[in-house]
Amino acid sequence: MAATDNPGAPSRPKASEERLDAIRNEASATGKVVTGAGRAHANAPIPGAEDYYNLPVLKPPTWTWEVPLYFFVGGIAGVSAVIAFVGHLFHAEPRMVRVALWIPFVGAGLCPALLISDLGRPLRFLNMLRVFKWRSAMSMGSWILSGFGGFAFLALATNELILYGIQSPFLPPLRWLGEFGGALTGLLLASYTGVLIGATAIPVWHENRRLLPAHFLTSGLGGSSAILELFGFLVPATQILGFAAASVETVMGALLEVRKRPIDAPLHHGRSGWTLRIGGVLEGPTALWVRVFWGSLPTGRFAAAICFLLGALLSRYGWIWAGRASAHDPQALFQLQRKK
Amino acid sequence: MTSPLTNSVVYPATYHVTKAAFLTDATICIGCKACEVACKEWNEVPDDGMIWSGFSYDNTQALGASTWRHVMFLEQPAAAGPQQVDMENPFRWIFLSDVCKHCGNAGCLEACPTGAIVRTDVGSVLVQSDVCNGCGYCVVSCPFGVVDKRHPDGRAFKCTFCYDRQSAGMIPACAKACPTQSIRFGELEELREAGVARVAELQSRGYADARVYDPQETSVGGTHAMFVILGQPEAYNLPPAPEVPTIYLKSAWMSALISALVLAAIVCAAFLF
Repeated sequence: MAATDNPGAPSRPKASEERLDAIRNEASATGKVVTGAGRAHANAPIPGAEDYYNLPVLKPPTWTWEVPLYFFVGGIAGVSAVIAFVGHLFHAEPRMVRVALWIPFVGAGLCPALLISDLGRPLRFLNMLRVFKWRSAMSMGSWILSGFGGFAFLALATNELILYGIQSPFLPPLRWLGEFGGALTGLLLASYTGVLIGATAIPVWHENRRLLPAHFLTSGLGGSSAILELFGFLVPATQILGFAAASVETVMGALLEVRKRPIDAPLHHGRSGWTLRIGGVLEGPTALWVRVFWGSLPTGRFAAAICFLLGALLSRYGWIWAGRASAHDPQALFQLQRKK
Repeated sequence: MTSPLTNSVVYPATYHVTKAAFLTDATICIGCKACEVACKEWNEVPDDGMIWSGFSYDNTQALGASTWRHVMFLEQPAAAGPQQVDMENPFRWIFLSDVCKHCGNAGCLEACPTGAIVRTDVGSVLVQSDVCNGCGYCVVSCPFGVVDKRHPDGRAFKCTFCYDRQSAGMIPACAKACPTQSIRFGELEELREAGVARVAELQSRGYADARVYDPQETSVGGTHAMFVILGQPEAYNLPPAPEVPTIYLKSAWMSALISALVLAAIVCAAFLF
């Protein structure tokens, strides 16, 4: 270097310059990636006109482990409230209705806890109820969850008081109100999460926005009936619901597997792809086969229920991870937007 | 107005606009990053890492919670406009200072469940830090990947359009610091016209692929930060057809509604049998 030829030249910060020289030498020797970020090579062709060093255009979701778990718990709690209301309406076993009312109540306690712990500023969670915005699925979700919590508590409390033997003309209508309101908000709670991620800028989510609410609802249905089965209610209703949910999940899983749009790559490859595939196989075909062949045995139904719950939980994480992978893929985004 | 002596825009001592806008011109930018520095200094934006990216001189890489101006360095195997020499190895080096687009229909603003993100009186999009609770929904709702959650602070941050400076009659720090006036600040309509005029001038001088980036034809409905670029927007990591995510709401809710009805019917059927 010229600096060594001229002893009078001002000295350079030695350590960093030496490191830079080392990086340059390594790069020219190997032609490989020198630093971790991106995929630009030293000595590689200069970037073309089609992308910016293949850096992501979008920001990946910042949500941590609590949010997919919330999707799972919220779906189960929501559909369980529907099962409780319909079960009560059609004179199902009161013990089962009671458990089906406890699940939404416990879920309505867990869900806000999960969401609040995901917030960047948990102490400001009440800011969620500052405004009511139709155009924000997150705002609608906050209100849905609040309403659901109220109804779930009302239904559970009145039902418990009635079972305890308290006679009051006010209790039965209040219980019906709580159960009906819980069923209505429960349907919204189990499905809005699909809208929540469907109406974002993340390509793999918004291109599957019609599938997601149906998929999340089905998982909630199979999950809540699976929990009832695990509590020992091996009645025909839970068997039918288990069959229905596993069948629909099988069809959806097959659809995802067959449809090979470039934008769906995160649903097929990598961590998100394999999580979704394993989850889908567990809650779809596996749960269905176990139910078909061993559905007459209690053990078979327990196994099918556990398979479905595990699959539903995995696929929630898979969808969030797919969003992350999708945000990191600028080429798929460009391809999608150029087509439009 | 333009100074006849230096051909530069002269801003009034106190300058208030009704609809604020940036026009950032890639053909004038020299890649000095004064805008990045001025933004950080004025807004007291914290350090967000020092790395050698290997991507030309771009060690900033992207906009983010603590990067509100980002100077891009493009090295392209294309002729720089009227270039005539060494055409076997055409090459051009382009710089562009990226910034929050302050969309006409802003995805972040629509998504914000707390009302922390608002439209200001000058039409810019502002995150009110004293309201934001860090839910992260704006992050996935921005079609340009601008706003992000800052760690460990927990709240979402992005360009404020120097709302504080504008309120005091000053132009934003980046525009003030830009030594070449590649970043121009002013009225939205005036700068829209200026952008079109600049592209016409560039094309007449042989820069055939000069264009304005201001997605007015998509649901974003135009932006308050427009760019004059050479070549395709993808080369600047600008999405070619950005959409505000609220356009997906109708079909998603419709699917939710139909599936909810089907599910209710299935549950009824299960208890009837």
